[in-house]
Amino acid sequence: MQVVSPIREHLVTGGKTYHDVTEDISRQVEGPVTKEWKVVFTVALLVLAYGGYWVYQTWWYGLGNWGLNKTVGWAWDITNFVWWVGIGHAGTLISAILLLFRQKWRTSINRAAEAMTIFAVLCAGSFIFFHMGRPWLAYWALPLPNTFGSLWVNFNSPLVWDVFAISTYLSVSLLFWYIGLIPDLATIRDRASGIRKTIYGALAMGWTGGARAWARYEDVSLILAGLSTPLVLSVHTIVSFDFATSVIPGWHTTIFPPYFVAGAIFSGFAMVQNLMLITRVVYKLEDYITIEHIGLMNKVITLTGSIVGVAYITEFFIAAYSGVQYESYAFINRATGPLWWSYAAMMTCNVLSPQIFWFKKLRENIVVSFVIAVVVNIGMWFERFVIIVTSLHRDYLPSSWTYFTPRMGDIGDYLFTFGFFFVCFLLFAKFLPVINMAEVKAVLKSSSEKTDKK
Amino acid sequence: MAHKKYILGVFDDEDVVLHAVSDVREKGVNIHEVYSPFPIHGLDHALGYKRARMGVPAFLFGITGTSLAFLLTFWTLGWDWPMNIGGKNFIPFPTNIPIVFELTVLLASYGMAFTFFGMEKLSPVSKPIIFDERITDDKFVMAIEVSKNSVSEEDITGFLKSTGATEVNIKEI
Repeated sequence: MQVVSPIREHLVTGGKTYHDVTEDISRQVEGPVTKEWKVVFTVALLVLAYGGYWVYQTWWYGLGNWGLNKTVGWAWDITNFVWWVGIGHAGTLISAILLLFRQKWRTSINRAAEAMTIFAVLCAGSFIFFHMGRPWLAYWALPLPNTFGSLWVNFNSPLVWDVFAISTYLSVSLLFWYIGLIPDLATIRDRASGIRKTIYGALAMGWTGGARAWARYEDVSLILAGLSTPLVLSVHTIVSFDFATSVIPGWHTTIFPPYFVAGAIFSGFAMVQNLMLITRVVYKLEDYITIEHIGLMNKVITLTGSIVGVAYITEFFIAAYSGVQYESYAFINRATGPLWWSYAAMMTCNVLSPQIFWFKKLRENIVVSFVIAVVVNIGMWFERFVIIVTSLHRDYLPSSWTYFTPRMGDIGDYLFTFGFFFVCFLLFAKFLPVINMAEVKAVLKSSSEKTDKK
Repeated sequence: MAHKKYILGVFDDEDVVLHAVSDVREKGVNIHEVYSPFPIHGLDHALGYKRARMGVPAFLFGITGTSLAFLLTFWTLGWDWPMNIGGKNFIPFPTNIPIVFELTVLLASYGMAFTFFGMEKLSPVSKPIIFDERITDDKFVMAIEVSKNSVSEEDITGFLKSTGATEVNIKEI
């Protein structure tokens, strides 16, 4: 029994049938590699290669390639790490929390968002290795017996929590994404022939679509969603503990966990918005990723942007209200000190810019949505830069006060992750279905344009 | 292996197949399985399957993860090599919670997923029986094994046609 809501906009337009869905989505997997794809892929590979050169520099010659100094010991590395982890929150959020809330509009965007999540978390993880200085000793972060070189890890440390949180998040996101892919891989298997059939057949693991399998599959998806929901919230909470459990003014704040989680959803949705707007045009998926989807994404962006704005103001208020002069100074220095421009960029991009989405016309405008999504991601990068660098660059001893200027090593390593991210995303978009066909088919009857005409 | 003969009713619509399942079962026909491109809610109930209870393995693996995490953190820093960290307890319960939570989720997810793969015999080398290649596209197929039914082939074909099947095929596997 399907219920058709009279007030909801259609999630699939153009009167698609089940077969149309299969055709439209499988087309890009089955067709030849397009010229545009080759061009973009080459650019991404070049960026990756150039960034790779700087990663080599960083590892061979050490962290002296970065702009760090004795006062600012953490800058772009951790900024980029937190930025990528934040972006990596949208995918599992869309598939897990929106599944629990029974939001049908997630079906068209969840697959690409989950893929994006995995690649973003891998990018974040690479910064952990970059900033270690001696990455060949990275296994010291794992709880290995003392004979392996170090003592047991300190389980009281938020950095060890991070190791567990990020690796669990990556593993579970990968699992969730793959389980979602199985029925669609079977669709491609059944349409393919030759070597493609063997490869996609192995990937589809012998899925046949029997009723018993579907019932268990749905149960597995629901429980995974239930497990992933607190997991998503825990990951950025634990990332925020890296700062919140320290005693640095500007970091030692109890508001950090919810503030970081809201910021993560905010930047993640902005990145999904960017990628989906491009995919929709390139793959001609306007009937699946509709203006309705874009509008809904923008609403989430506005909501989370406003939550982040409230958090910024609360931080400021609490710093003043606490009466702790170090805390107050950290915040006054943030807004008016030598790095004021980064604070201004953060405030403008994150708090002010999404507010234009209160107007329906702008919310449903594709160009405006794209631009604001880029602006939000710039703003969220500055948020992490502000938190990390402005809290460090003027420490307790005025003689060691300094400024931070990035060097080519910082920029090159950041470019490396961009190259990596887009290479992965392009490969995904070419070889795997970018939209979850099975789930779109399942909502087709209740949410497509055709139903009304019947 | 002896060949098994199946009658396949091919349907175009999920609501039609859902009603057809109830009708065909009322006639005393034993249905092998119903295949569909996406999950149909209520189909497992109509086929008389027990409710899927994947929560059981998830819980059992989850509780294993919780126990292992407690064991790991307590044993390493409590017994094996107690370390004085900021004068805190050797077994600081609250600061171990993140580790315990993450390992619980990790084991519950992977344990449940691999239990599911095992139950459905899903693996990269499995050779599935595909009754119709359009199942993963847009067709709903009801498979009935002839040898497991006392009802005659003609009657089954008739039932399928009368409940809305657009095609009825015979397949021997």
